[in-house]
Amino acid sequence: MTTHLTGVGIGRGVAIGTVLRMPDPLPEPSDEPATASADTETERATVSLAATAALIRLRGERAGGSAKDVLEAQSFMAQDPTLIDDVSARIAGGTTAERAVHEAFASFRDLLVGMGGYMAERATDLDDVSRRVVAHLLGVSVPGVPDPGHPFVLIARDLAPADTALLDLDRVLALVTSDGGPTSHTAILAREKSIVAVVGTPGALDLADGDLAIVDARSGTVTVDPTPEQLADARARTEALAAAAPAPTGPGALRDGTAVPLLANLGSADGAAEAVALGAEGVGLFRTEFLFLDATSAPTVEEQEGHYTRLLAAFPGRKVVVRALDAGADKPLSFLNATQEENPALGLRGLRALRANEQILRDQLTALARADAATDAELWVMAPMVSTVEEARYFSRIARETGLDTVGVMIEVPSSALLADRILAEADFASIGTNDLTQYTLAADRLLGSVAAFQDPWHPAVLRLVREVGEAGAALGKPVGICGEAAADPLLAVVLVGLGATSLSMSPAALAPMRAELARFTLAEAREFAELALAANSAGEARAAVMAADTTTTTISTITADSITKPNGAQS
Amino acid sequence: MTETAESATDSTASQTVVIASANGLHARPAGLLTQAAAKSGLPVRLAKAGKEVNAASILGVISLGIVFGDEVMVSADGDNAAAVVAGLVSILATDHDAA
Repeated sequence: MTTHLTGVGIGRGVAIGTVLRMPDPLPEPSDEPATASADTETERATVSLAATAALIRLRGERAGGSAKDVLEAQSFMAQDPTLIDDVSARIAGGTTAERAVHEAFASFRDLLVGMGGYMAERATDLDDVSRRVVAHLLGVSVPGVPDPGHPFVLIARDLAPADTALLDLDRVLALVTSDGGPTSHTAILAREKSIVAVVGTPGALDLADGDLAIVDARSGTVTVDPTPEQLADARARTEALAAAAPAPTGPGALRDGTAVPLLANLGSADGAAEAVALGAEGVGLFRTEFLFLDATSAPTVEEQEGHYTRLLAAFPGRKVVVRALDAGADKPLSFLNATQEENPALGLRGLRALRANEQILRDQLTALARADAATDAELWVMAPMVSTVEEARYFSRIARETGLDTVGVMIEVPSSALLADRILAEADFASIGTNDLTQYTLAADRLLGSVAAFQDPWHPAVLRLVREVGEAGAALGKPVGICGEAAADPLLAVVLVGLGATSLSMSPAALAPMRAELARFTLAEAREFAELALAANSAGEARAAVMAADTTTTTISTITADSITKPNGAQS
Repeated sequence: MTETAESATDSTASQTVVIASANGLHARPAGLLTQAAAKSGLPVRLAKAGKEVNAASILGVISLGIVFGDEVMVSADGDNAAAVVAGLVSILATDHDAA
């Protein structure tokens, strides 16, 4: 019997395949005392550590390339003599092998996290090895991404970065998660890699391995056990999408010709050529954190200048918006802020951290100014997480002193959205970071799964703040860009344009579908959609109202009236 | 700049060395060191500021938090200890972050 599940679709794609459930994470081993002798438990632990090391090494040899190095390092961790000593000591103290392995890995993990930077990033490797050893001890299947040897639709509660790093994208036809929202790691990955995904889908975990499903990101539905007609329709759509995917090029514009430049979000100069090939008209957000992440001290002006020059040289005559170092919260840098904070998202981060280390800011801006002078790109520079008018004034002053002439601010905090007219009086442009703006508006930690449902940029409170910024930009004649994940949600992007956004920046893979989507609507229609979304009481209502209006205003849409009138849960 | 002290009676060798890698003993140089230590077949120790770890343990070595310019001591016991120590010292005295 055909069943429908409804969640939030990421992108516009559709996929057909059999589903496979990601195994549940293992519960933390109990700290009950061991019943077997310490010798027996030590023997079990030694065998499982050795077996896991061998299995990981084998996977590395199969994977090859850079994955091989990572997996080889993991296999060394499983056989590390210091760790084995630690496990034995814990077992001698009376714990089970499972608990001893869990605790020993956790203590090294905490040590690495405490060291920060590159070492902290290795903590996830330790967690992964720990889970594998405990699974081996328990004789259960290894948690992680399944590999059935054929393409499949992956079903999961939510995916962690460590899971997706091991994901064989050629094998995954689509991702369906029960938890997580449009800014979850799963959704970000799906956009970056152009994988069909439906996230936050209640009932997804009840699907049985091997069920055939159609995953339709456009309508946010998962159709299990589809009828032959539904299958034929989905196949026709996948073929049409495959044929159309890279086709639309040229500048982004609405149907009435209103220009909406489509820009790329980049994290290093390496992605520049690919972004241009995918149709980026420039860069709307260049993150500079990568230059600093592995370092124990800030890179020199010369080092930075080299990177920036390489980036700018890839975009002659085009706009490149570079964000000054945005450290803190989810990406701490020890040399910028070594203090442990209770609430790092509300702490010394973004421009606040730069201001406390003004030389680092000045060095970065100097390197940018030199790279600008050496190339033909149009360099715009912006400050991360500005929350007051005075901060906007401060950043403008420092940037202009170093010779930069187009200076802007990121609007990520409600205070700066509410005072956008005064903030924009101090700056040349604004760029709205919708992920943080949503987090701060709804007071819901972006990184916390239990409040993920709040992290939805369709929320009318977030949209109202965007409107404040859009109106201020229009009144002062200053550009307002969007560079959060929201800019890559095609229908939401149309709403944001209706609210006054003048450019959109997103993962390069999202550019072509976005260009096609914008061309479907006029500015008047985008404004109508914006009014509908603002009038809603919740993110879900806003989305449903605009989707319904979309089907009535256009004929190209493939959403059926049926899927609109039955938006929730499983229905047959 | 190294300094050798070898006692003939119990065939223990040790040397101090100043770390040359610009980013300290992070994953790659630490991996090179631990693999070489494991291959030697001898018990090899690495010490910094009085804290000593098994040099064949990548987690142990990383936990010392060794950075550029730190002075550390490498020690080994057994036959051929002096040669093993010299080999490890040369790894530590090389800048693996150059190039």
